[in-house]
Amino acid sequence: MSGHVSPISLYITIFMALMVLTVATVGAAFVDLGQFNFLVAMIIAGFKATLVIWYFMHVKYASKLTKLTVATGIFFLAILLGLFLVDYGSKAFTQMPPFLS
Amino acid sequence: MSNVAAHADDRGHAHAHHPALQHHFDTMAQQKEAAVVGMWVFLLTEILFFGGLFAAYMVYRIWYFDAFAEASRSLSLFWGGLNTAVLIGSSLTMAMAVRCAQTNKRTATVNWLILTMILGAVFLGVKVIEYADKFEHHHVPGYNFQWAAAHEAPAAGEHAVAASEGAAAAEGHRELSLTPAQLQLTTQIYFSLYFTMTGLHALHMIIGIGIMLVITRMAYKGKFDQEYYTPVEMAGLYWHFVDIVWIFLFPLLYLVERHV
Repeated sequence: MSGHVSPISLYITIFMALMVLTVATVGAAFVDLGQFNFLVAMIIAGFKATLVIWYFMHVKYASKLTKLTVATGIFFLAILLGLFLVDYGSKAFTQMPPFLS
Repeated sequence: MSNVAAHADDRGHAHAHHPALQHHFDTMAQQKEAAVVGMWVFLLTEILFFGGLFAAYMVYRIWYFDAFAEASRSLSLFWGGLNTAVLIGSSLTMAMAVRCAQTNKRTATVNWLILTMILGAVFLGVKVIEYADKFEHHHVPGYNFQWAAAHEAPAAGEHAVAASEGAAAAEGHRELSLTPAQLQLTTQIYFSLYFTMTGLHALHMIIGIGIMLVITRMAYKGKFDQEYYTPVEMAGLYWHFVDIVWIFLFPLLYLVERHV
């Protein structure tokens, strides 16, 4: 019943992809994309994390229960960060708090 | 006895068990599934644990973006990039260790685990170099924090002029919305988050290396085979998770605004 054994070539490919994406994220940071710099950096990081979770952490070959568990974590992280933004965004945003300006 | 019943297979007769099979599980597959789901539930608590820090980072970055951009530029892209490569490499060696455990290669499993620990130690060593640099430049939040290093800071008389015109603009950067006095305060928030996030990440790596020491010993003693390698796989899940945290920390801390 041993788990799915991935070929070594797959691991090497994922490793190379992660390295290329690291270079890409550094390169993208030196291009002025305005507000999209942050978005591009996070999309690349999200893609890298997905590669690690899917292939290195074997979630691709895991049961539906495991996949659901992983998805739950990402869902709740999105709630945490999303509602944080809603909370702070709906209040008076000041560039500097009064004691500093 | 209920134990005997639990040990009987589908067809109702008892058979020889793998020595690693606990009595409360029917099969090795069921036992492994329980471990995988349990490990992921633990990792979910870790995601939200770091998530709180990411949320704090997000709000302060929006509030004091210029301070975060300035402070981020003071980090070494070379050391940060090198550490990212080292950690991704250690994820590869960890994946190889799990693969060798799956395919019954005892010596190779031990060797890949040792290599993973060495790469982890290299990462921590680079972090020591970076932290030492922060202490040297007074970039550690607290009493001795000093944003503009003594040799860069203009004399007292010029300082007031620089404050009104924007000191950073004089250095060739775009003009900042913050005065040097404000930068002195707000860059400390960046470095507080920097030390908290990288510090907790480093702590996770130290724990990860500790776990691997135990797993390596178990692998060396021949506790694993293709039917039972769950501890190696769990150590792998933990290590890859720590890698993912760094994948996000690197652009968030080192690459806030590099194009000016």
